[in-house]
Amino acid sequence: MVSFLRFLINGISLGSVYAIIALGYTMVYGIAKMLNFAHGDVIMVGAYIAFCAMQYLNLPPLLSVLCAMLVCTCLGVIIEGLAYRPLRQAPKLAVLITAIGVSYFLQNTALLIWSSNPKVFPSVFSVGQIKLFDGNLVISSETILTIAANIVIMVALTLFTGRTKMGKAMRAVSEDKGAAELMGINVNRTISLTFAIGSALAAVAGVLLCSAYPTLQPTTGSMPGIKAFTAAVFGGIGSIPGAMIGGLLLGIIEILGKAYISTELGDALVFAVLIIVLLFKPAGLLGKPVNEKV
Amino acid sequence: MSENVGTPLLKVEDIHVYYGSIHAIKGISFEVNEGEIVTLIGANGAGKSTTLNTVSGLLKPRMGMISFKGESIVGIGANRIVGKGMALCPEGRRVFQQMTVRENLEMGGFSRPKEEIPASLEDVFQRFPRLKEREKQVAGTLSGGEQQMLAMGRALMSKPKLLMLDEPSMGLAPILVEQIFDIIKELHAAGVTILLVEQNAQMALSIADRAYVLGTGKITISGTAGDVLADDRVRAAYLGG
Repeated sequence: MVSFLRFLINGISLGSVYAIIALGYTMVYGIAKMLNFAHGDVIMVGAYIAFCAMQYLNLPPLLSVLCAMLVCTCLGVIIEGLAYRPLRQAPKLAVLITAIGVSYFLQNTALLIWSSNPKVFPSVFSVGQIKLFDGNLVISSETILTIAANIVIMVALTLFTGRTKMGKAMRAVSEDKGAAELMGINVNRTISLTFAIGSALAAVAGVLLCSAYPTLQPTTGSMPGIKAFTAAVFGGIGSIPGAMIGGLLLGIIEILGKAYISTELGDALVFAVLIIVLLFKPAGLLGKPVNEKV
Repeated sequence: MSENVGTPLLKVEDIHVYYGSIHAIKGISFEVNEGEIVTLIGANGAGKSTTLNTVSGLLKPRMGMISFKGESIVGIGANRIVGKGMALCPEGRRVFQQMTVRENLEMGGFSRPKEEIPASLEDVFQRFPRLKEREKQVAGTLSGGEQQMLAMGRALMSKPKLLMLDEPSMGLAPILVEQIFDIIKELHAAGVTILLVEQNAQMALSIADRAYVLGTGKITISGTAGDVLADDRVRAAYLGG
């Protein structure tokens, strides 16, 4: 029972990281109708920046995370402006290939700067741990922080898209770019803002991910990136709560699958669940049905 | 019929619009004077919507001039044109289906200072009491007529001098069409200049001051609404004899 709880908590923790990454995927998809496959690699860049800030500049962890967020925000906006914006009218496939290209570009640049040798990510946070069941169940500070960060981000994003003018503009653009433009909304700037937010979240996710799994190398972001993408599809791509639920479920399924079924098959299991869900709910768990009343 | 004074509010001179290699608008010129109701009528595919989309800035003409209040607005982008006092209520309404009625209206006022929004909301709710009742409802759940009202209310939120309406009667029951046209007349009486694109030529001509008839990318007939209504070619082609 205690071990099940431990797995469950680990699952929620990993799922929280997936959820934060998935938010970036889903927001960008919602607004730009494109899959930004470079998103996973922005996570890696964020982790490296935080690593360097702590290791070489001796900055305190919180400041390092802010540095990483700042760099990733700029990176996201630059990627969108240089690589994706010129292709806004281009066929979907061209954009997809470009995104894959950007992904490899980031990985190889990281390889050039930081080499392929894995870096050991320092333990970032120490807010103490919680011990339950006479010390049989220890919840680490990373886990607590990851889950807390996830909740804070979820609430903040919900308030942003539901209450603020720019947040509503973002929803308007994701529904109908032309109509949004007729309202006076600057569509390009709104898309940039979405990339900025998604990339800042990716930086946070990168630090949280590397705090829990401390090996950092140029390919660190790709697998979590793909899984978070899966989580976004699982929850219903374009839906913010969907990304959250998809991420959490995916993390839990992965950890429980690895614990009780097979370590080797853990990842395969994740994708098997995705396929089954999509067979029954093609739009994902919270996805919006495609046909709307006109 | 209102009088025409000074320079036209909107002046379109010899615009050419292409979709890829298709020459959709082949040199159209027209003008709208302050206080008028002007209508563009014509068959399906004549280029009526394309013309409005070009004037509103959603499409860019390859050639030609469009000026609003004497100032060129070609190429400045739809999002900046709204702020100048021209709003388009697009074909098919295009309300934000997943946003509430109120949020839709707020988006309509996007280009205006925040403190002016509540008063404008009040105005719109007064004109369309139905929208007030449905304020918190998601727009996708409204009926067609309500969505048309929302689209018009949303366009009015920008306080336009010139309101362009693209097929406001499309898909509506006759009684609702009457209602929409009454509202257009009210808006006009309140001082809004109207550029109306309509499939329903009879209705449009009945409220317009002047009319232009479009045929495959060109203006074929123009004049006062009365003249156009009396034109044999128009009667034969658009008014069913």
